Amino acid sequence: MRRSMKLAAVVLSGSLGMASLAACGAKSNDNSSSSGSAAASGGAGGLKVGMAYDIGGRGDQSFNDSAARGLDKAKADLGVQVTEAEAKQGEAEADKETRLKNLVDGGYKTIVAVGFVYQQAVNKVAKDNPDVKFAIIDSNDKDQPSNVTSLLFAEQEGSYLAGVAAANKSKAHHIGFIGGVQSELIKKFEAGYKAGAKSVDPNIVIETTYLTTPPDFTGFASPDKGKEAAQGQLDKGADVIYSAAGSSGNGAIEAVANAKKLAIGVDSDQASQPALAKYKDAILTSMVKNVDNAVYSYIQSVKQGQSPTGIKLFDLKADGVSLATTGGKIDDIQDKLKAAADAIKSGATTIPTAPAQ
Amino acid sequence: MTSPNPPAAAKPSLAQRISGERIVLALAAPVLAILLSVAICSVLLATSGKNPFDAWNVMITFVSGSDHQVLILNRTTTYYLAAAAAAFGFRMNLFNIGVEGQYKVAALFAAFVGTQVDLPSFLQIPLLLITAMLVGGLYASIAGLLKVYRGVSEVISTIMLNSIATAIVGVLLVPGIFAPKVSGTSNSIQTSPVSESSHFFSFTTNGGQLWGFLVIAIAVGVIFQLTLTRTRFGFDLRATGRSETAATASGVNVKKMIVISMVVSGAIAGLIGLPELLQNSFYYGQTFQQNLGFLGISIALLGRNSPIGIAFAALLFAFLDAAGSVLPLPANGEFPFEIVDVMKGTIVICVVVAYELVRRYGLVRQQKRVGAQLAAQAAAATETKEVSA
Repeated sequence: MRRSMKLAAVVLSGSLGMASLAACGAKSNDNSSSSGSAAASGGAGGLKVGMAYDIGGRGDQSFNDSAARGLDKAKADLGVQVTEAEAKQGEAEADKETRLKNLVDGGYKTIVAVGFVYQQAVNKVAKDNPDVKFAIIDSNDKDQPSNVTSLLFAEQEGSYLAGVAAANKSKAHHIGFIGGVQSELIKKFEAGYKAGAKSVDPNIVIETTYLTTPPDFTGFASPDKGKEAAQGQLDKGADVIYSAAGSSGNGAIEAVANAKKLAIGVDSDQASQPALAKYKDAILTSMVKNVDNAVYSYIQSVKQGQSPTGIKLFDLKADGVSLATTGGKIDDIQDKLKAAADAIKSGATTIPTAPAQ
Repeated sequence: MTSPNPPAAAKPSLAQRISGERIVLALAAPVLAILLSVAICSVLLATSGKNPFDAWNVMITFVSGSDHQVLILNRTTTYYLAAAAAAFGFRMNLFNIGVEGQYKVAALFAAFVGTQVDLPSFLQIPLLLITAMLVGGLYASIAGLLKVYRGVSEVISTIMLNSIATAIVGVLLVPGIFAPKVSGTSNSIQTSPVSESSHFFSFTTNGGQLWGFLVIAIAVGVIFQLTLTRTRFGFDLRATGRSETAATASGVNVKKMIVISMVVSGAIAGLIGLPELLQNSFYYGQTFQQNLGFLGISIALLGRNSPIGIAFAALLFAFLDAAGSVLPLPANGEFPFEIVDVMKGTIVICVVVAYELVRRYGLVRQQKRVGAQLAAQAAAATETKEVSA
């Protein structure tokens, strides 16, 4: 037999051997599937809630931290048991599924997936586990199983108010927007912000920078890129910069603070974040996305024995998005903001969800 | 940095080839590297106040579940293709850093064709495979042609092409072009699912679906090895890889070889995204897995660019990644998953060092043996001289 044939034989038999090996071991979750059913009924403190974070995880001072606050509140007020897991950069789809499955196998029958990257994994795992309740933040799929609830936000409405605030505070009539990743979600922020700013000052100059384009999602977790982009906009003359960029926004806020200009934070009230305390004087306001309220109210409804499903929209009217007033920097324009907010709530102002081309 | 090509060695006979010493020497380096890396990671874990043995225990018990074994093998399939793509270029001394970009563009086009065309499976699957390989190969050929006609280093051009690939995906993967105008999902853009006939077969095991693409990966490995060792092209390729000038002198058309190798490397790279596309998610979305190309380079380095070596290396990396994903779970002791990245990094660094150490050790042993033989001959010669005197 020629050597190369032998080699081929070895490789083939080796891999088949592994394949058959895979078929004979016991399945890892065989014994745990029965243990969870008691928890689902939810006795006192019996509800177990698992949370799967997007890239950045707890400590990003922004989106994930907001979800974490909701979870912490549920733990303190509702006495639920919680556990957390976090996504990493460049992971496989299978990693997300494994993460969710592991939470299910651990007896966590209520699972909150933070971020639209989980949509496919949630669909799959939810279908296999109809008795587990899933919530997914920022995403919905028309084909998702009925045990999945989408928690959506009207980012464009909050961003509109941020735009109104920015245009009122800009002395140079020149503002900036930094988006983490040029995804549909962040385009909603951009669209609302621009519409809001133009409603105050139709001739305002608006710089727009996206840190990365999909499929590169590092723009949500690269403070260095945020800092650079903010510096670029400052150099062009912008004096109020709104960054919707996850933890990359921390870099943008730093650059803006160093230049003694104004920054607008996102997702969490960033002026009250301990990690950003030294820049809080430069933070005009934050477009707060009340992910924490959404998470808390979802867990509460499950705790009360309801089976939420479909889409829960958290807009300005439902207090899902708002502007933070920490630091009192927008107190003087509160009446203008209120007028704009009322117009949105009444439906007099409609806000585009995609920026004009 | 050492050359990615193993040092030239005279072709030994079969008996020598499978001699114990050779095998021990070949295994010594990777084993040494893994042990060193485990030691380094243990120290790291211990200094961060975690018990390293618990972590290793979690990772080892992970393998015992049959569903986990399937997970690992599925992952190995993807990793193997990534490593084979990189290794093919390396054998020719071409650093194709652009595997990353090639597979993204290829998977995007394959997904698009898969949504537009709906032929019977026996035509559809080959069509998609060929589309992906063609797109990957064409994309890689840009770097090959630039090197041949303009002298642009393929390292520089492929890195640039990686960024351009991201941009291409960004431009094409928008509603109305490659993605459907009205999407079913909010906030994330993806192509429509590929047609039912594009779904690749899988083995049903106790632990779930084992991807049939494993067969393709094995085929790639076998063809890779046969081409290198049994064809004129393979000989030319290895010759060019070791010395371009010598190859030119012996009549090899080096320019042609560079372009062809780059295209083949890119064509293999084109396959990387397909297991995920045709076996799991069935669409190309913005969340398609990243960084497989760079992972492939590490695996190729660990596996010494040999089709068998990279199979073991891919299996090891797949195990580390899959087992590493359960480490941070509270039930498992909340180990940081970064430890897996540290481990992969240290393995790659250690293996480069270890190969060099083992090579030197082998050389010293060889010199000693040859020296001893020569001394014996010399001694014999003087003896005969003395006798004759």
